Amino acid sequence: MTAGRDLLRVEALEAVYGDGVRALSRVDLTVREGEIVALAGSNGAGKTTLLRAVSHLLPASGGRIVAGRVSYAGRDVTRTRTDALVRGGLVGVLEGRHCFRSLSVEENLVAGGLGRGSGRSDLRADLQRIYALFPRLAQKRGLPAGLVSGGEQQMTAIGRALMGRPRLLVLDEPSMGLAPKVTDEIYAILVGLNRAEGLTLLVAEQNVALALRHAHRCVVLETGRSVLEGPARALRARDDIRRLYLGQGPEPRAADGALAAAGC
Amino acid sequence: MSPDVSFFVEVVVGGLLSGVMYALVAIGFVLIYKTSGVLNFAQGAMVLFAALTFVSLVERGLPVPAAFAATLAVMALVGLAVERAVLRPLVNQPPITLFMATLGVAYVIEGAAQLAWGTQVHALDLGIDDTPLEFGGVLVSRFDLVAAAIAGVLVAVLTLFFHTTRTGLAFRAVADDPLAALGIGLRLPRIWSAVWIASGVVALVAGLLWGARLGVQFSLSLVVLKALPVLVLGGFDSIAGAIVAGLIVGAAEKLAEVYLGPVIGGGIEGWFAYVAALALLLVRPAGLFGRRSVERA
Repeated sequence: MTAGRDLLRVEALEAVYGDGVRALSRVDLTVREGEIVALAGSNGAGKTTLLRAVSHLLPASGGRIVAGRVSYAGRDVTRTRTDALVRGGLVGVLEGRHCFRSLSVEENLVAGGLGRGSGRSDLRADLQRIYALFPRLAQKRGLPAGLVSGGEQQMTAIGRALMGRPRLLVLDEPSMGLAPKVTDEIYAILVGLNRAEGLTLLVAEQNVALALRHAHRCVVLETGRSVLEGPARALRARDDIRRLYLGQGPEPRAADGALAAAGC
Repeated sequence: MSPDVSFFVEVVVGGLLSGVMYALVAIGFVLIYKTSGVLNFAQGAMVLFAALTFVSLVERGLPVPAAFAATLAVMALVGLAVERAVLRPLVNQPPITLFMATLGVAYVIEGAAQLAWGTQVHALDLGIDDTPLEFGGVLVSRFDLVAAAIAGVLVAVLTLFFHTTRTGLAFRAVADDPLAALGIGLRLPRIWSAVWIASGVVALVAGLLWGARLGVQFSLSLVVLKALPVLVLGGFDSIAGAIVAGLIVGAAEKLAEVYLGPVIGGGIEGWFAYVAALALLLVRPAGLFGRRSVERA
């Protein structure tokens, strides 16, 4: 894999919720142009907080950054509003999909193009592109997004984000609650976009095996800290990782416990 | 038609038409509640402010179209100012805080209206002839018909706007899931501004029609109290609900007044809607049309 320039850099980031519940303490993370980086860790490790901090969605979820910085494409964006980030190509897909449930699938997608101010002809071209990527969405375009399957909702959410023509797509748990087959389908499309168009991906994933299979690099969070970082291939080969996160150790029962703790 | 039946029809039609007027006020609430989760108690004050501004400009010799345009501009500015100065700094605060803020705004707007235009009662003549029309023995107020038509046009325009324009799509997206809307880069403050301007315009239309019927005076701001049962019935986040509930409330209270009034002593019209709303709350807490989230079975 050829590593490009740093596209996203998170340095010594600290974040709290409400009156000081610490969610992140000194997290470091770098995503280079053209990479797929997986963010692994258990429930409550801080993955969602980190991704929301990157997208500047913490204030809307009752949290804030108290120290450290986030830079994107060489600029400090720690205090840059989400809409400006989206226009700059940093687009997020929220955990739990968050489709506009009462809007049709197509309206969801079109809404995704509004943030960057796409004109009508741009919107039309981008829609065709999304339907080509996710043919299932084309069939369901007229249905309310709340009524399509979980996998189709995730595709709608990803398609909606892609309508913003991202350079860096930040996904929070895209596999959550989905059948393995659907998850594979979605990852195949994401990896395809990475290869074909050089779309950079930062993906939070509880399913570490899945993350390590598709990512170039992996960062592991634990209780709000980045504790481990390295090429996915190297991590996959390490015994402790296999035991802790992949459930391939000599003691299956203990490994199961660790797996549960790691949220796999 | 026998006199009894035509009288019944007359009561129902009269009730439905006055219900349209309730719906008109309720729609102003719904617009803001849907997109920002704020129950804007100042909507009634905005109705008063609009009517008072219009009537005062006309009395000072401005031609009606010019006064209308000027009031439209003033109301848009009022809406914008309230959003900017009061609600935007309070973003992400609990709903009760926002509600209290709008309560404060209501007093400020009422005070400002009276400071600027005085406290006397004004008559507002929209030039609509109020002789009743007769349809097959049923008398219908011409004014009520015109008011209903105006309300209908307003609703049609709003619906078209919501469903055919990109800004309308952004409105609905924000109303559906604000966090997701923020996440895809929609500029929520811009949308809130637009929606407050729209509610100012709705307040103007309601103010002119209500003002023409009741006279333009301080008590006009109390029409909000009539809108509340309509909102409870229709659901706070549904424009269609506001209309249907307005019609139901209008017809029900007139019928109750006419047919139940003599039995239990009259004066029912004043409280019937509240009791009906309360009864409905026990059965359907989200109202008739309130958001039931769209879920798969």
